[in-house]
Amino acid sequence: MSKRRVVITGMGMLSPLGNDVATSWEAVLAGRSGIGMIDRFDTSGYGTRIGGAIKNLDLESYLSTKEARKLDAFIHYGLIAAQQAVDDSGLAEYAALDKDRVGIAIGSGIGGLEYIEKSVLTMEKSGPRKVSPFFVPASVINMISGNAAIRFGYRGPNIAIVTACTTGTHNIGYAARTIAYGDADVMLAGGSEMATTRTGVAAFSSARALSTRNDEPEKASRPWDRDRDGFVLSDGAGVLVMEELEHAKKRGATIYGELVGFGMSDDAHHITAPPEDGEGAARSMDNALRDAGLKPEDVDYINAHGTSTQVGDVAEIAAAKRVFGAHAGRLAMSSTKSMTGHLLGAAGAVEAIFSLLAIRDGVLPPTINLDNPDEGCDLDLVPNTCRKSDVRVALSNSFGFGGTNGTLIMRRYEG
Amino acid sequence: MSTVEERVKKIVCEQLGVKESEVQNSSSFVEDLGADSLDTVELVMALEEEFETEIPDEEAEKLASVQDAIDYIVAHT
Repeated sequence: MSKRRVVITGMGMLSPLGNDVATSWEAVLAGRSGIGMIDRFDTSGYGTRIGGAIKNLDLESYLSTKEARKLDAFIHYGLIAAQQAVDDSGLAEYAALDKDRVGIAIGSGIGGLEYIEKSVLTMEKSGPRKVSPFFVPASVINMISGNAAIRFGYRGPNIAIVTACTTGTHNIGYAARTIAYGDADVMLAGGSEMATTRTGVAAFSSARALSTRNDEPEKASRPWDRDRDGFVLSDGAGVLVMEELEHAKKRGATIYGELVGFGMSDDAHHITAPPEDGEGAARSMDNALRDAGLKPEDVDYINAHGTSTQVGDVAEIAAAKRVFGAHAGRLAMSSTKSMTGHLLGAAGAVEAIFSLLAIRDGVLPPTINLDNPDEGCDLDLVPNTCRKSDVRVALSNSFGFGGTNGTLIMRRYEG
Repeated sequence: MSTVEERVKKIVCEQLGVKESEVQNSSSFVEDLGADSLDTVELVMALEEEFETEIPDEEAEKLASVQDAIDYIVAHT
């Protein structure tokens, strides 16, 4: 069976850099940071008081007050990104759309943490009879996909893959396979996250995963820099409209690029840390290249996982050298997390979008705050300012707790 | 001080996301105001909170309209 080809025809995003794709991308090209002080709760007593928040969101233009009240913020963000992606794709204007053939795969790394916290406090204070009947549908992870199905009337495969920080990438990869295999013609796919809550920030702090550069939030996320001290927890969502090529051509859709490769692997090493040699990450990239039928030399740009942690950053460099050999020194690799912070389950989706825009606009997004590259970080990491460059093939990595790795490869659509 | 009727209607508006002008005493929560079974459970919780009372489940199930809620509150608080 030959695989059906899959293209991207719509994109939606909420990020600390802006409440849509265009605004976020503009900030990336300007090398701006979206990180600031956390103001969602009182951070007294917290080692980390910085994060990447969604700012000035016009929630009411997307959701009624009644709808919004019954859903955790991670579902708000996911639904808004999905709405933007659908609007961008023009699917709603395509009268011949068979909605039984449109599916949804939008996940989250953690889910409705804020709603869970609130419900536990209610239970402690007022007892079990005061726990809202909406607690479960407001907080479980598949409820972006579930609510989006109701909103758009899409009745095809409906799923939400949960793999920590690899969630967005895995949902996109799975959606591509669903289309390629013939189970759907169109998929909405991506991830959403709102984990900068009281327990979220406390727990990642306890795990010593977060930067504590509280006095310079915009400089806190600094992948591969000698002075990096952990990642910055961020909120947001990314959703793609993915479509079978002939279906997209038939309705005259704008094609951002083709999803040509998807690879996965696991480190089988440690619950939160990768092995220093990046062996698992390398196998994920190898698997994606094999799926795409591409050679390492074909890759022009890597949008790295690059979270700004001590071990993770150097492991990814090692992995890239392992996979690409001498070509590692020729391709460009950058981390847009230097500007967005780490959106956990949304990261892979947001970064797939940045990769597609790099292809579209022929520009390499920068790694900001890269003042002194750490020892061994000697690849072209596009330090501090974006750069014009023809990008035909872009690869995007995501690695998550549990040692789970995912890689997407996107190529310019050339007919 | 607002009357029981005003307070009940205010809560109905907040919980069900409807405008004050849409809420009549005879309005049925499900048929007229678009509530589903989960909405009605939460509405009862909000009434309990507002009027500092407890409405047993078997009584709560009988509260189908705005007037039912007003009558119950008046009789039990």
